[in-house]
Amino acid sequence: MPPDARCPATSGTLEAPPLLNEPPIAGERPLVLVEQLANVAALRKILLLMVLAVLWQAYASRLDNPLLFPTFTATLEALWEGLLSGALIQRAAFTLKLLLVGYASGVLLAGLLTGLAIGSRLGNDLLETLTAMFNPLPAIALLPLALLWFGLGAGSLIFVLIHSVLWPVALCTHAGFKSVSPTLRMVGRNYGLVGPRYVTRILIPAAFPCILSGLKNGWAFAWRTLIAAELVFGVSSGSGGLGWFIYENKNQLEIPSVFAGLLTVILIGLAMENLVFRSIEVCTVRRWGMHA
Amino acid sequence: MSAPLLDVRDVTLQYKTSERLVTATQRVSFQVHAGDRFVVLGPSGCGKSTLLKAVGGYLAPVEGEIRLNGTPIRKPGADRVMVFQEFDQLLPWKTVKENVKFALVASRTLSGSEAEDRALHYIAMVGLAGSANSYPHTLSGGMKQRVAIARGMAMQPAILLMDEPFAALDALTRQQMQDELLRLWEDTRFTVLFVTHSIPEAVKVGSHILLLSAHPGRVRKLVHSDGSDRADASGLRLSERIHRQLFESEPVAKELVHAA
Repeated sequence: MPPDARCPATSGTLEAPPLLNEPPIAGERPLVLVEQLANVAALRKILLLMVLAVLWQAYASRLDNPLLFPTFTATLEALWEGLLSGALIQRAAFTLKLLLVGYASGVLLAGLLTGLAIGSRLGNDLLETLTAMFNPLPAIALLPLALLWFGLGAGSLIFVLIHSVLWPVALCTHAGFKSVSPTLRMVGRNYGLVGPRYVTRILIPAAFPCILSGLKNGWAFAWRTLIAAELVFGVSSGSGGLGWFIYENKNQLEIPSVFAGLLTVILIGLAMENLVFRSIEVCTVRRWGMHA
Repeated sequence: MSAPLLDVRDVTLQYKTSERLVTATQRVSFQVHAGDRFVVLGPSGCGKSTLLKAVGGYLAPVEGEIRLNGTPIRKPGADRVMVFQEFDQLLPWKTVKENVKFALVASRTLSGSEAEDRALHYIAMVGLAGSANSYPHTLSGGMKQRVAIARGMAMQPAILLMDEPFAALDALTRQQMQDELLRLWEDTRFTVLFVTHSIPEAVKVGSHILLLSAHPGRVRKLVHSDGSDRADASGLRLSERIHRQLFESEPVAKELVHAA
């Protein structure tokens, strides 16, 4: 193209900047799909799990000793069979039912104890002394005593469960009440709130982040304690729970089923912690901007 | 003048810390009348916040008496609403509207749709109609204090007690809030007892300014302000006179009393 042919077209309208020849660098651009996916934490974790599963499978296949370390696929198979036959579900239901009874009673007792503690100085001292004493004591250590007192059966398990729930929940709840800001307390009293109305409208919501983390702790302790306790005994309580399922299968050298039982324990624990407690947290503490 | 709304007579206040017994104020007396913007001004340690808490009913005087409309104050009540300095005076688990409504409902002042209407009215008055459904943690410091003021005013208390409500705000927001408080006062002529340690704030906000000395708090003087901080016959502006009164040695202060 001759130079004078293009000149009239450009010179009148704009000073042609030399930059036009270079492609401009975009100020921003949408992330490509891979980048977007890499930002999803859940996806990254699923990928990690898959890698772990492959490693497991490879190692177990090489070891080739299903009695010591079954393959991933064998474990999945056992899990599937356990679910299909209903055995695993039945055992899990048994465990969860016990857990619920123990957890609920523990939380109730913790509520009573904390109520006493905020009501009087003596109650406060009582709670502090008791939690200081019993919180460091693993509840499972009380199992021999519980067996002696309540015999082989649900009673002993519930006793141990209550112990595992009561102290951490009471400790957190009490700490939560004590940390309610003096300003909020004065606001409550300013509007004439006293007694139970003051507790339910000011103290409990204000301490809710602590109460929730106490409930979470209590749940975690209870779950671990119960599985451990069931491993020690459980057959005598009739059907037995997940812990007993694991123990029983180990005795019968059904090692894939042992692994399947362990997986179930993990899955239920994860579901409670991530679905139940997480959603409570999102609807309350996070919404209110009260999370630490 | 008519009988005072709030009558504080020879009030000595003490409180215990874990180590000592502190005398916050000693024989402090003053009267607040309806419609006053009464400011208690003094350096830190003069017991002004303690005094306000005593008027609020959170603390009983060891000597003297505080009367509201002739009745001695014995406990906290919704006829004296406190507005605090701390932003956490709003309940974080309630929205702006719910916070104001909560005050009305908890104190059994109003309920249901009446409480809702009044809450919305006062929220609009402080210019937060658009944020009525927001949670406090999403608001700025100034907005939070506005909600607290709306909550206090919605109660239509006999007297509004403000404990350095703007002290935690940045300088610009603080000025805005002072203007706004004056505007609100022009609208409704509420009675307010306002505690501050800032002389300019006292001069701007107060119609009456009570000067307290520190350790323990004792009344130095009561001055009047028209908010403009003009120079008087002595050639000194009100804020300068207050400054001398509070911080200079006794003889000078006495001279100034005579001069004024």
